[in-house]
Amino acid sequence: METRLETAGRAGVPPAHDAGGTPALPGKTPLLEADNIRRHFRVRRSGWFGAGATLKAVDGVSFQVAPGRTLSLVGESGCGKSTTARLALGLLPLSGGAVCFAGEPVGATYDAAWRLQRQRLQLVFQDTMGALDRRIAVGRQIIEPLEIHGIGSPAEQRAQGMALLDAVGLKPHVFDRYPHELSGGQRQRVVLARALILKPQLIACDEPIAALDVSIQAQVINLLIDLQERFNVAYLFISHDLKVVRQISHEVAVMYLGRIVEHGTPDRLFRQPEHPYTRALVSAIPVASPARARQRLLLSGDPPNPIDVPAGCAFHTRCPSAMPACRTQTPELRPLPDGHRVACHLAHGDAGAVATQAA
Amino acid sequence: MPLIEIRDLVVDFDTGKRVVRALHGIDLALERGESLGLVGESGCGKSVTWLAALGLLGPRAHVQGDVRLEGVPLLEADARQLERVRGRRIAMIFQDPTSSLNPVHRIGTQLAEALVLHRGMNDRSAWTEARRLLDRVGIANAAQRLNDYPHQLSGGMNQRVMIAMALAGEPDVLIADEPTTALDATIQAQILDLLRSLRDDGGMALVLISHDLGVVAENCQRIAVMYCGRIVETATVADLFAHPAHPYTRGLLAALPEMEGPVRRLEPIPGSVPEPWNLPPGCAFEPRCLHARGECRASVPTPHRVAAGHSAACVRFGALVSDQAPQGTRLREVA
Repeated sequence: METRLETAGRAGVPPAHDAGGTPALPGKTPLLEADNIRRHFRVRRSGWFGAGATLKAVDGVSFQVAPGRTLSLVGESGCGKSTTARLALGLLPLSGGAVCFAGEPVGATYDAAWRLQRQRLQLVFQDTMGALDRRIAVGRQIIEPLEIHGIGSPAEQRAQGMALLDAVGLKPHVFDRYPHELSGGQRQRVVLARALILKPQLIACDEPIAALDVSIQAQVINLLIDLQERFNVAYLFISHDLKVVRQISHEVAVMYLGRIVEHGTPDRLFRQPEHPYTRALVSAIPVASPARARQRLLLSGDPPNPIDVPAGCAFHTRCPSAMPACRTQTPELRPLPDGHRVACHLAHGDAGAVATQAA
Repeated sequence: MPLIEIRDLVVDFDTGKRVVRALHGIDLALERGESLGLVGESGCGKSVTWLAALGLLGPRAHVQGDVRLEGVPLLEADARQLERVRGRRIAMIFQDPTSSLNPVHRIGTQLAEALVLHRGMNDRSAWTEARRLLDRVGIANAAQRLNDYPHQLSGGMNQRVMIAMALAGEPDVLIADEPTTALDATIQAQILDLLRSLRDDGGMALVLISHDLGVVAENCQRIAVMYCGRIVETATVADLFAHPAHPYTRGLLAALPEMEGPVRRLEPIPGSVPEPWNLPPGCAFEPRCLHARGECRASVPTPHRVAAGHSAACVRFGALVSDQAPQGTRLREVA
């Protein structure tokens, strides 16, 4: 059986999970690059006549995705991970910053260039019934992108659709079935086939397996990994399930209230989390083996309202090791000596911050 | 005598077009103060079991079998008898707390209502007790929160309110149906911690219904695994994870990604769950089972004793227990 370990070195890309923990980005140009992107929404505090406020859904996020690799965004609901993906794909106008895909700027311009870019950037969601039209046979839906972009003759389109059906592990007769006749796992395979038919270079997967049952989740996770190897497609993977993220990612970025607080390889990040929030997230995962039950790090309270992000480090209100400096100085996302990036005064041993704590 | 004993519970749903059997004979016993986990995929009947036991399924469901609370039969009980059981002896909380609470009434009013109903308190003492309960479930500023409406609280807080309401009747059993599925990871950890501490203090039995093996592993003493309306394996938590006997249980464990050690390729269970009106003739898991033989198609397997307190409904378990748990292919090493 082909494993990821063996194939990771293909096409000059270094092994995915090198021991050092350095985010594996060689001199190669990244496929997708987000530079300090922001998205602010104007909202009302309460009711129709409440005072106006700014909700900073994404507030200065930067990352890169290399061709054929997976970057996962993790965090709790409302942390801005889905908004980040929509910004990166040009589905939502930016309030600041820039996104670059294969050297071209990405923005929600909805013009001819944007339309052309859609062929190379695709999106897959959690709710497959909502993503598929229940009145059209799934085969037609898989090849619809080819019709829209006017690629190939009808016979060629059908042949391509059939080939992809096979690639996602569905039998040919599924081509003429309707969405309600398929199970949730089969529908997610159909959605993946449709996302792949234009040969995209990047697919953003927004909680693609959250709605599936445990035994089906494993099938789709393996499929995603196989499809990446076969089509060299990059994933921007969004999930709240850290076990799945560890399985599928080359890099992981943890978000809290619109910012990335930690970024590194899954091995480094999950084995030795640096940010107190990441530590709490990792320790909150229930372990299915009673022998290995660990000491749980319980956070107090809920995440703050994103309208009122606390000053300084946004996490200081729930942080068990907050210091006075955390209330005033916002920590930057900076690399540690081993290249692992974290935004925390404590992890960096910031002189001022530590001194204040000692005092 | 066990606190709750369920024997041969069968539930049929009349969909209008056909009659679909959701439960095919469930046998379960729950002792006082015990914590039992019910695990299985959606549609396997883990929630229906308890909704049927409490007479909450409505007119389209046809329930047969025997459910006893300390020897008193529940299925034949009339509405008045059931009212003395529901909420007071057996309380239940659900996945989505926000839809279980009434959006137009204050938290305090809803809590006090339960107290007046179940404990016969007057309004004033009910309000005081409501505040104590909110305190108990870890809501800060309980006195103020009593005046809040559900939409003013977060999902995690609302689930705490639901737990407080479940505690209002001082029940012998709390049935928690996917209580943390709609919540974020750090909030899930808080709620599970709360349920654990309530059980430690009060001697209340807990039935935790979940699709997440990790959640039940950490919070229960005994686990029942369900598949297609039947219990396929029961064991203590330690036994189930160390020596899973039923191929479905083993499949579920192999399909789970790990948080530690090398990353292996997952071993999914092939195929998908059959529709309840289209079950195979013998063992319902047979079409997906790697160890299936002809005998598996012949008849529905009955529970076999694997060890003390451990049983599995599989005719081939004897041939399987000796095997090592399947080891996945390594995807990558960790440093």
